[in-house]
Amino acid sequence: MSKPLKQIHLAAHFPGVNNTTVWSDPAAGSHIEFSSFAHFARTAERAKFDFLFLAEGLRLREQGGKIYDLDVVGRPDTFTILAALAAVTEHLGLTGTINSTFNEPYEVARQFASLDHLSDGRAAWNVVTSWDAFTGENFRRGGFLPQDERYSRAKEFLATTQELFDSWHGDEIVADQATGTFLSDAKAGAFVHQGQHFDIQGQFNVPRSPQGRPVIFQAGDSDEGREFAAAGADAIFSRYSTLTEGQAFYTDVKSRLAKYGRRSDQLLILPAATFVLGDTDAEAEDLAKEVRRQQVSGATAIKHLEFVWNRDLSSYDPDGPLPDIDPDVSDNHISKGRAQVRMYRDPLATAREWRERAEANGWSIRDLVIETGNRQAFIGSPSTVAKTINDFVQADASDGFILVPHITPTGLDPFADKVVPLLQEQGVFRTEYEGPTLRDHLGLAHPDDVREERAAS
Amino acid sequence: MSSTSVPPLHLAVALDGTGWHPASWREPVARPRDLLTAGYWADLVAEAERGLLDFVTFEDGLGLQSSHYGELDGRTDQVRGRLDAVLIAARIAPLTSHIGLVPTVVSTHTEPFHISKAIATLDYVSTGRAGLRVQLSARPHEADHFGRRTFPPISLESLRTEAGQERLAEHFDEAADYVEVVRRLWDSWEDDAEIRDIATGRFVDRDKLHYVDFEGRHFSVKGPSITPRPPQGQPIVSSLAHQTIPYRLVARATDVGYVTPHDTDDARAIVAEIRAEQQTAGRADELLHVFGDLVVFLDDDEATAVARRERLDALAGEPYTSDARIFTGTPAQLADLLQELQEAGLTGFRLRPAVAGHDLPAITQKLVPELQRRGAFRQAYEADTLRGLLGLARPANRYAAAAATA
Repeated sequence: MSKPLKQIHLAAHFPGVNNTTVWSDPAAGSHIEFSSFAHFARTAERAKFDFLFLAEGLRLREQGGKIYDLDVVGRPDTFTILAALAAVTEHLGLTGTINSTFNEPYEVARQFASLDHLSDGRAAWNVVTSWDAFTGENFRRGGFLPQDERYSRAKEFLATTQELFDSWHGDEIVADQATGTFLSDAKAGAFVHQGQHFDIQGQFNVPRSPQGRPVIFQAGDSDEGREFAAAGADAIFSRYSTLTEGQAFYTDVKSRLAKYGRRSDQLLILPAATFVLGDTDAEAEDLAKEVRRQQVSGATAIKHLEFVWNRDLSSYDPDGPLPDIDPDVSDNHISKGRAQVRMYRDPLATAREWRERAEANGWSIRDLVIETGNRQAFIGSPSTVAKTINDFVQADASDGFILVPHITPTGLDPFADKVVPLLQEQGVFRTEYEGPTLRDHLGLAHPDDVREERAAS
Repeated sequence: MSSTSVPPLHLAVALDGTGWHPASWREPVARPRDLLTAGYWADLVAEAERGLLDFVTFEDGLGLQSSHYGELDGRTDQVRGRLDAVLIAARIAPLTSHIGLVPTVVSTHTEPFHISKAIATLDYVSTGRAGLRVQLSARPHEADHFGRRTFPPISLESLRTEAGQERLAEHFDEAADYVEVVRRLWDSWEDDAEIRDIATGRFVDRDKLHYVDFEGRHFSVKGPSITPRPPQGQPIVSSLAHQTIPYRLVARATDVGYVTPHDTDDARAIVAEIRAEQQTAGRADELLHVFGDLVVFLDDDEATAVARRERLDALAGEPYTSDARIFTGTPAQLADLLQELQEAGLTGFRLRPAVAGHDLPAITQKLVPELQRRGAFRQAYEADTLRGLLGLARPANRYAAAAATA
């Protein structure tokens, strides 16, 4: 007997500060004006996407002690832009990346609870952590958090915000104008949290929000990251480039849920993916090559190589061969504020492998960087892309995708117009939103239902 | 008729829950169950915009509301619980087109880096109508929500002692540092930093991005901001002040100060003190607005307004008192008072509606037309930005100016 078809979850990542964005394209618009965000969000909602996703970076990236100037630089504040987007959309989930290292639980909890109220239940939090003293230089508490405390603080941070979200049960506001009773309970919002990282108490001042708690997303490929997600997240972002790698990740993460008393459908796996569409597969391939050339200029290729080599390579010719010197493996990295640096855990091995591949294929530095840009990409005609996405999901390589267009803000439009209808025809993607909240779109239970379920079992 | 040489006055309204009277939520128009919805705030701000007001402020705090200054009161007969003011302002911004949006931010426990980009972003989403009202918290129970600092118990009386004044000065110094960092971060990008130079592959000119390098007692901040310079360059900074130490913050760091004079002489004295501090701060030639704060009960006849106030006081179980003067009367009487106070040197007013659902429409539909008849208030929005409405020029970037003279 065949399995019933899984329903695909789709989200859209606003293209901004990353080397995916092709800002030099004549069609590229503002990455900071609200009209861009509004256009992007409306397209995602028109396409019935689950949510819009915003990344974050709290210090401008640097390379070799200078502000990195080759990609888009600058982005808005996450909470503020999401609250504004709540005014121009009705259903779309609003997911913001917020760093737990450079914030305090009381403040973040009240911001997310407020966003959930102001969007009628569409808020989600992508919890990220940092131990990075570089970013810490912008904040009161500095960057002194030791790396080994990264997940421990993040776990306690998340647990503390959940305690704050749960400190109101939802029925305290009576607002009986006749009797003059506003609150049924003078201790509404009361909390005490004592732990290794936080020792706080008092009363939380945002009453329970429509979703009870915002939806919790988490990124992280490491063992600790996977465990953290399995213990408490509603969705995890992953990064991989092949079906088999995706399936391995999917199986691994889903298998970790049982020990936390959770079912495998209580954590969604959503990799980020780019796409390039053409009228035919061949046309899309050609276009994709052109996009990669735009994304990876000669200067960008050299800078990218510097992530791995950890040396100033500005004297090298991007159209020439790879450097024959070895990477500098000291901790003092040339590149600051970039997540990509951590992708290359063994720079010596990476450099060796890249040199071998470049030599075998006759690739220049720029060719190599273009060829090894190992993000998940869907390239082809709309029907090819629709089929590939569906195949990934039905084969349990993911539960859906977070799509990252390469043009701001209209890059999602062709996907919405051409690919979504095909997925809808196949019966694997919604034609209407089933409910008002993000939990409804993602098929996640309301936290109160979960609590009742656990109490009953 | 008033003389045409008197500049028009500016009008803002302070939004807080169902209104400033603690029993306001019991009025039929109050909508107390809607306070946590976007629709409630959208309706109030739309009304304020219909009245051509300069801006609205949104009250906020890092703890539950209380009838005591320094601690929670455990009461269940008043509105408790609120949403983050910056997020409310952002949620309303796309629904409005002219009115300024000024949320309260607490400097004591939050990060100036976060607030700088949040208000810059509010300026983007409102296309140039953002401001902030900086407020500090010396309350021990709010410090306990953060667990990083402990503050001794506090009361309004204790603040009047020498030790209280020292403590207050320290909090205000921190607030001044906070505003300085926020302002430097707004300037940390020059206006033309984004170049998209395809020939060299550079998106920005990094020479037009600046480290703010602030080192202070409570925090240090490197910069630059992650958010480009906002449309207004510098959104409006405002704060409420009742005595010398806060007046100094108003004079040193803000564009609009809210003060609470109880009569015309008091207003004149406060304005003189702020102007002297402004001179000391080297800002004598800059436009600094001093707005009078007034709680208002407005009705078509005075007796009705008085009766309404008494009815609310009876529901609250005690007469309403406020740091600000409480006006109870007709729109024409209020217009008289505002013009009298304006002659004492105030440049505008921030009115606190006693009942938002009643007194805000009374301001926009009765007071504003009365002031317009007297030639004392605008007939239409004359600018698209909050700075424009307040007659403030878009400031030059301090770093660009420094680079140009270097």
